[in-house]
Amino acid sequence: MDQASAGARAARGGGWAAALRAAAPLSSPIMAGFVFLGVTCGVYTVSLGLPWWMPTFMAVAIFGGSAEFIVASMLPGAFDPFTAFAVTLVVQARHLFYGLSMLKPFQGTGRKKPYLVYAMCDESFSINYAARVPAGVDRGRFMFAVSLLNQSSWVAGCTLGGVFGGLIPTDIEGVSFAMTALFTVIFLDQWLHEPSHAGSVAGMAASAAALVVFGADAFMIPAMLAILVIMTAARGRLEPLYGSDGDTDAGGADAAGCGPAVPEGAGVPGPVGPDGESAPARTEVERP
Amino acid sequence: MTPLQQIATVLVAGAATVLARALPFLAFRNGAPRYVRYLGDVLPGAVFGLLVVYCLREVDLLSAAHGIPEAAGILLTGGVYLWRRDMLSAVLAGTAFYMVLVNLVFA
Repeated sequence: MDQASAGARAARGGGWAAALRAAAPLSSPIMAGFVFLGVTCGVYTVSLGLPWWMPTFMAVAIFGGSAEFIVASMLPGAFDPFTAFAVTLVVQARHLFYGLSMLKPFQGTGRKKPYLVYAMCDESFSINYAARVPAGVDRGRFMFAVSLLNQSSWVAGCTLGGVFGGLIPTDIEGVSFAMTALFTVIFLDQWLHEPSHAGSVAGMAASAAALVVFGADAFMIPAMLAILVIMTAARGRLEPLYGSDGDTDAGGADAAGCGPAVPEGAGVPGPVGPDGESAPARTEVERP
Repeated sequence: MTPLQQIATVLVAGAATVLARALPFLAFRNGAPRYVRYLGDVLPGAVFGLLVVYCLREVDLLSAAHGIPEAAGILLTGGVYLWRRDMLSAVLAGTAFYMVLVNLVFA
């Protein structure tokens, strides 16, 4: 695909090639992390005596790192689908917040929406929420490309781990810090753009407090409940800051062609560089 | 478990995951009430704070490294982002720095 034709296609409403090209730099650190973590998950799974294809199957059927580790540990035991369902639901409950945050950005994504929702892991949600999509690239295709790249690398890693098992060294320490770094960057980016820091401060403080009180294995649900209570209590003061009808979102669902121009190539490395302080890129007046 | 029971268990866990991801979209497919839209506005900041803490949940401040590699990695990541305003270079720099710290300095 040469630059000129891709550019022309992008100008006509965002081709897949342009979406992939915009998504790849943002996804690449996560993809590297996913391959390594996926190999670890695959090796762990077959080390329990499970078949080589099980890591791949879980990567497609579940696609959630922590849940896959937990489910793998249950598979050699007695058949108990209710416990498996309940435990997974608790582990994955944080995704409810992602869905609430993506109600608007996923609007108008059409047939891509089921996949976008199914594949909305922590990292894909984060990138898709925070990224300013370059002008001329369709937002739906961009988000689809981010999700697909991330999941493909996870499936590839899990498969490698399952097939080659103990032959692969998985003790490269620290690769998973890419996730911590990604969330740190997006937290910071959110901080720079949000009309009020109440949510960020409450989220960090409530989570840290819940971690101290309930411990690493049980703090997520109490933290989420505390965040909900705090944000609900602060609604009277906060809601006016987010527009009269709560119409601020991450950039609009179908930015290509209809929303206000989203000019920045933010996050995409290149001469364009900084995304600056231009908060309006995150604001879109909802069409009635 | 038999192989079939294992497959069923994985599918059940997959259904729970999809349910957690899809529930808001299913519940509010015909438009969300104002309170839910308000949550959609204020939750992202809180969620990213939650995710940072979630990533750090296993850090043991009493261990030999006292969480110093994590703190240093986060500071460098944030610093590079404020300097370059570029997600990719910040994540790469922070991760590389952290890997050097845990593998060479605090090994």
